[in-house]
Amino acid sequence: MANGTKAGGGWSWWYLLFVIEFVLILWPPLYNSVEPSLIGIPFFYWYQLLVVVIGAVLTAIVYFATREKLGTD
Amino acid sequence: MQNIDWVATTIFVVLFLFITWLGFWAARWRRGDLDQLHEWGLGGRRFGTMVSWFLIGGDLYTAYTFIAVPALAFGAGAVAFYAVPYTILIYPILFLVFPRLWHVCKKHGYITAGDFVRGRFGNRWLALAISVTGIVATLPYIALQLVGIQVVVGGLGIGGSGWIGDVPLIIAFLILAAFTYSSGLRAPASIAIVKDILIYITAIAAVIIIPMQLGGFDKIFAAIPATKVLLAAPPPNSTGSFSNYATLALGSALALFLYPHSLTGILSASSGGAIRRNAALLPGYSFMLGLLTLLGLFAIAAGVATLPEFAAGFKQYGASFAVPALFIHSFPSWFVGIAFAAIGIGALVPAAIMSIAAANLYTRNIHREFINKNPSDKQEAQMAKWVSLIVKLGALVFILFLAPTYAVQLQLLGGVWIIQTLPAVMLGVYTRWFNDWALLIGWLVGIVAGTWMAFSVNLVSTFPLSLGGFTIPGYAAFYGLILNLVVAAVLTPVFNSMAKRTPADETIAADYAA
Repeated sequence: MANGTKAGGGWSWWYLLFVIEFVLILWPPLYNSVEPSLIGIPFFYWYQLLVVVIGAVLTAIVYFATREKLGTD
Repeated sequence: MQNIDWVATTIFVVLFLFITWLGFWAARWRRGDLDQLHEWGLGGRRFGTMVSWFLIGGDLYTAYTFIAVPALAFGAGAVAFYAVPYTILIYPILFLVFPRLWHVCKKHGYITAGDFVRGRFGNRWLALAISVTGIVATLPYIALQLVGIQVVVGGLGIGGSGWIGDVPLIIAFLILAAFTYSSGLRAPASIAIVKDILIYITAIAAVIIIPMQLGGFDKIFAAIPATKVLLAAPPPNSTGSFSNYATLALGSALALFLYPHSLTGILSASSGGAIRRNAALLPGYSFMLGLLTLLGLFAIAAGVATLPEFAAGFKQYGASFAVPALFIHSFPSWFVGIAFAAIGIGALVPAAIMSIAAANLYTRNIHREFINKNPSDKQEAQMAKWVSLIVKLGALVFILFLAPTYAVQLQLLGGVWIIQTLPAVMLGVYTRWFNDWALLIGWLVGIVAGTWMAFSVNLVSTFPLSLGGFTIPGYAAFYGLILNLVVAAVLTPVFNSMAKRTPADETIAADYAA
């Protein structure tokens, strides 16, 4: 019982969605460039701001997908 | 120093008076018995999704952040943007770990990480190590919030050198100390709502108006030296700036919620669900921080560093003056007043929560554990109120009498230290596998190694780790943590086989879920 994988608080496969955020943001060569720029903002900057939004959406998806199991309280 | 801007100063003072009133009024908000520590120090764990959003946002994205991160962009360019990946990665961690911690803390009446570790591992010395680390890491952080106030007050034209210049800071300190003492966590929670609205208005106005004034983003980025626009390509046989950037982001993200003030903000939520909802909603602040970081680059393009009216400010505050100077340069006085008030008030919110968090730790995990084992509820709450005052006074004295560089360096070391509590606190939420003494030794090894790395590079964040001719520069805190984890994992089976006792654990699996 010590490691608490029971009673609804344990693992969900939906959590794997979080891996996407880590992959998108922890490999700087992926985005360390000026082009394609967006309204004059280099890729390096707008890409990372975009990942903020992607991260929030992914977290919302995981929230709604696991809501039944974890409860809303 | 430029002349005092009376319009901006008046607006600044009026907003400060308003939040002072609000801070005292907050004692009656969602009324509870403030003679109980969980009411004074956690707001009775009654804040729903919305209030938690403002409170945790105001708590994590501090005035110092809003000054220091753009200042880093102003001085060093692209690397400052690591604040964005950093604040992206904190939310999966928040989602996965902290609702569970909230549930077990609620169930057992824990109010600090030290309480949790004491209950989970039954080892008061491990709990002491966690608690002392938290307190020590928090103190320079409070001091840096006061530096944030100093910079904006200087920007208003008040201050300069000499003791007169310290008067506004001392007044701000007295306000902060008084409402924290009287209202506890309810004060920063109510003030955070005002402050965050001001900060959002400021950030959005700044990223729309300033680029228009400077002729668009094309012109802004054309005016910035090419070496600052992107991360430098790594030299041969090294991962160079790339591993610096990634480990700074990941290490900072892992450390953030281990800070006592973060945990205090989280534990004051009314439910685990409120925390999970905030993991999806709080990235709004990350986006804003990204925009504010761009301000450091705007300040380069606007050329504020060479304007004579800002020479004295830059001389006194260094790159930290970049954002205040940019605001004065770009905005009418009345809006400068709003923007500076947002930053100034933005310093009070986290400073209040940090002092409350440090006070909770001292009261619960040092005083109650080692000095007075059976305090009444009232004695315990009273002790915490006094400690919160002492902690803030220490921060004020630090700032008044020592150079701000010491606070910056101590805060950097604080990050290296606080991350070493991760195995016991964050992994402890999921598993009781680790042996408590193994965790304590891992903690010690991580702290010693991380501190050694930081000093060996003269107190910058990143250490050039060499592996067989290949160099992987990275965040010293992160490398220290890896060592810590390895030591704890190796020693756990060794210690367990030496002592055949059943591991102590007052929590059960069901405590960690709704």
